[in-house]
Amino acid sequence: MLIAILAITLIGFLFGLGLGWSCGKFRVDSDPVVEQINDILPQTQCGQCNYPGCRPYAEAIAAGEAEINQCPPGGDAGIQALADLLGLEPLPLNPENGAVKPKTVAVIDEAACIGCTLCIQACPVDAIVGSAKLMHTVIESECTGCDLCLPPCPVDCIEMIVKPSAPGEWIRPRPPDTGIKTGGSLLREVSA
Amino acid sequence: MSEYLLILVSTVLANNFVLVRFLGLCPFMGVSNKLEGAIGMSVATLFVLTLSSVTSYLLSTYLLKPLGLEYLSTLTFILAIATVVQLTEMVMKKSSPLLYRILGIFLPLITTNCAVLGVALLNVQEQHNLLQSALYGFGAAAGFGLVLIMFAAMRERITYADVPVHFKGAPIGLITAGLMALAFMGFTGLARL
Repeated sequence: MLIAILAITLIGFLFGLGLGWSCGKFRVDSDPVVEQINDILPQTQCGQCNYPGCRPYAEAIAAGEAEINQCPPGGDAGIQALADLLGLEPLPLNPENGAVKPKTVAVIDEAACIGCTLCIQACPVDAIVGSAKLMHTVIESECTGCDLCLPPCPVDCIEMIVKPSAPGEWIRPRPPDTGIKTGGSLLREVSA
Repeated sequence: MSEYLLILVSTVLANNFVLVRFLGLCPFMGVSNKLEGAIGMSVATLFVLTLSSVTSYLLSTYLLKPLGLEYLSTLTFILAIATVVQLTEMVMKKSSPLLYRILGIFLPLITTNCAVLGVALLNVQEQHNLLQSALYGFGAAAGFGLVLIMFAAMRERITYADVPVHFKGAPIGLITAGLMALAFMGFTGLARL
């Protein structure tokens, strides 16, 4: 009885010790800069930077293989944040990678969808649900607006619509130009 | 030499762990939806099963038998298997991040694959020596991988087949597995241990 308890304890202790030792031995040091760059990138996984996703692009920036101006969804604000983080001069967005567009989400015309699953396979963030020969739909909160589902669709039933912005992201539109001069002149005109 | 070859043929075909002994059925049904995942699972199992059958043989021969603690085999083997799986995960993460990413969740799930424990216990029961144990584990994993990959390839095609609606998904999968097991009965007598 006692010897059984001792043996099991010993085995457990030895295995634990071995695992602890190998945990230190085989630790993978991930580059903290990659994490920081990855946090700044918009995580659309759209591939417009010519890398298969945001993380590979972050790794390329950290390795000095890519410029910081290849991310259209991040826009000028993203380039500025990357420049601040890495101590580089902010560059204008590289037009070869695309242009800054408003945030969009994909919407599937469900009546036209034939259930081919091609867009599901193309979606980098698994935001499309559906099954073979059944209608597909987009989970709006997961969609990053990367446009990758548009080319594979055989019936062109996916449309990108401008995302209705959340209260925190809403920017007040500029007032329409009424021709009235602002500032002091306005007061004078009214009183006149 | 022929004895070792016999072990291989027996575990891969004649006494296949999945289709003849009916061990490891949960991953067989669970990860056979996609060929890619099935291949990953097979590679990971091959690695873990070979290592864990050697480890459990060593434990059983040099610790449990001298102390007369054979009744603790199951407990000890589970401990050893869990450790080997963890170790494999760590080594793989360090040496081959690509393979690690492909295998993903399948790696830790091997701990609960009953074929792994079954091999360890059968090794003790059939009184194999070290090399025989390693080969038995390797053969069992190779057989597991063989039928898993074949089954996954079939299921991928069945997904698009015109199956009666009540048989869609798991039911037709189980029927297919049954037919495969029948086919594997043809190997009976090919190798007798």
